Amino acid sequence: MGNFLSLFLALIIAAITYGTPLLFGTLGEILTEKSGSLNLGVEGIMFMGGALGLGGVFYYEKAAGAGASGFVAVGIGILCAFLAGALASLIFSFLTITLRANQNVTGLALSIFGTGVGQFVGEYMRVRENGYISIGNALKGFFQNSPFPAALQRIPVVGGVLFGNSVFFYLGLILAAGMFFFLNRTRTGLYLRSVGESPATADAAGIAVERYKYLATVIGGGISAVGGMVYIMTIAGCVWNHEGLSGVGWLAVALVIFCMWRPLSAIWGSVLFGALMILYLRLVLPFVPTQLYKILPYVVTVIVLIVSSMRNNKEKQPPASLGLAYFREDR
Amino acid sequence: MNHEKKIPLIRLAKRDGMEGWKVWCIRCGSILFALLLGALVMGLAGANPVTAYGTMISGALGKKSAIRQTVKIAVPLLGCALAIAPCFKMRFWNIGAEGQITAGAIAASYFALFWANRLPSPVLLLVMGLAGALAGGLWALIPAFFKAKWNTNETLFTLMMNYIIIGVVRWLQGGPWEGRKGSQIIPQFDEAACLPRVLGVHCGWIIVLVLVVFMHIYMNHTKHGYEIAVIGDSINTARYAGMNVGRVMMRTMFLSGAISGIVGFIVASGANNTLYDGVAGGVGFTSITVAWLSQLNAFAMVGISGLLAVLSKGAETLQTRMAVPTSISDIITGILLFCMLGCEFFINYKLIFRGAGRKEARHG
Repeated sequence: MGNFLSLFLALIIAAITYGTPLLFGTLGEILTEKSGSLNLGVEGIMFMGGALGLGGVFYYEKAAGAGASGFVAVGIGILCAFLAGALASLIFSFLTITLRANQNVTGLALSIFGTGVGQFVGEYMRVRENGYISIGNALKGFFQNSPFPAALQRIPVVGGVLFGNSVFFYLGLILAAGMFFFLNRTRTGLYLRSVGESPATADAAGIAVERYKYLATVIGGGISAVGGMVYIMTIAGCVWNHEGLSGVGWLAVALVIFCMWRPLSAIWGSVLFGALMILYLRLVLPFVPTQLYKILPYVVTVIVLIVSSMRNNKEKQPPASLGLAYFREDR
Repeated sequence: MNHEKKIPLIRLAKRDGMEGWKVWCIRCGSILFALLLGALVMGLAGANPVTAYGTMISGALGKKSAIRQTVKIAVPLLGCALAIAPCFKMRFWNIGAEGQITAGAIAASYFALFWANRLPSPVLLLVMGLAGALAGGLWALIPAFFKAKWNTNETLFTLMMNYIIIGVVRWLQGGPWEGRKGSQIIPQFDEAACLPRVLGVHCGWIIVLVLVVFMHIYMNHTKHGYEIAVIGDSINTARYAGMNVGRVMMRTMFLSGAISGIVGFIVASGANNTLYDGVAGGVGFTSITVAWLSQLNAFAMVGISGLLAVLSKGAETLQTRMAVPTSISDIITGILLFCMLGCEFFINYKLIFRGAGRKEARHG
């Protein structure tokens, strides 16, 4: 029994590790979609965040040498990734909001562009730095280890799960709670949701629709990009690994649906998806081939999508104007 | 006079009926602009843009063998863009072409792997093509059914379907269809299951060109095409006119999936001679942009898919000759798409500046 429990706990900790990048990706996309923009470029955004975040930390360490502070390094990683994602989303916003291009197509174009930029930067740094980009072990620890003292982590049973995760998981929790509060408890959040549900109504009520859409999309993109950086710095072990990162962005888009656009549900949703991503390594069932495990997140998402549309529950629906363009003059 | 301040600096007005030549000038201008931006990126990466573009063009079109490779890249892009066109015309956002290609490739591969010695080659190829079309069509029908019945969001549904079917290929690769144990590779098809070559390229290009003509006629000169256009403009109008919107959606999606399935068959049988998880390799996504940028015009798609193929083949040469990573082609493709998407705005709207508006008013 004790053996089973420890296996289970190990699974949860691994699931949290794999779920954390998804958590950021999803939270960013929730914010974006709440404003009515369906940004399908998350895959590209996370690639850019991953490559530029890694680049930022690498060159910071190179410049600072042995005196590099872990705290600053984490900050630089987040900042570089956020700026990369924000910039990518700014392109998306400019094209879809100001220039009125189709959101689906622009998002896909952004995916192509972003994966290209991410790969290019990753490859280019590797070639320029003679073959290998990696971060020193001391700094790596700041990205991968728990920020809590060892005593807390040694609490029996719950210590590891509660206090043993990387700093990004806790940042993600704070972000999710903050976003929940923002969307549901503040006036600005209400305005933002109204823009996503019915921009014409919001416009008539005097809300600056375009400004809300721009801000939500740009900030959301930045948050999603941090997820890419988290993947590279924690799971990929601080080296550029495009194979591992590919598909994470799409999974984040799926997760947004799975958790029904609610930031708090994104927390357990991302841990669950993280578990589904690694379950094949931990739990080998004789009848289920490992490769079929990996499609579980997508199957589950499809089922959620179908069930929610069949139930037609008002609370659990995509923002009503998701993916639709709003132009005042078109009315 | 006080009201003057309220007039925004730039106003927008819809513009209809810009002359054809002007439209194409703007579009070509945007392509040129994108290539200039691309040159900037190359410059930043330390490559001389002029030589780099030269290398790309000679790498893609310089030799006969290079042209063949480029055509090979363009064929699935074009075929898939044709498949997507009717869906997008209907405002049904099918972004599942990637999965529909894969589904078609799986079905075609089944016959290639297990029926190769039982059927003569032409029959086998025909069966593979039909199986591919059927599988792709059915795979596309699933989201269409739920959209028609419960209005399930098709963008997200079709997107998820891609990863499910790609997972199935990975399973086949490592399980039931694996060639040598542990290789994770499905064996090469029998000679009989490979598309014959015409002019040095597998004959998929002929199939796709036939599809171009078919799709042009289907979209513009048939009752089906008309129904699709009406639904795209307004679902309510279509309902009022007595069209069964759900049925048209399912029919169109089946057709779209079937064409993607045929593309899957062409890629598996003609280009790869085997099946693997990257059989679609992003074509499903790139072709969406091809279809959209061509304004869903079948003939324009030939040009756009050709352009993207040249970029992609050229980038391969660029990597071998100038050590610029191939991902540069994705970046330039992305920039190209952004510019072309953005330029439509200047075709559809005109900007009226504050001063100009006053002048107009005075004249009026």
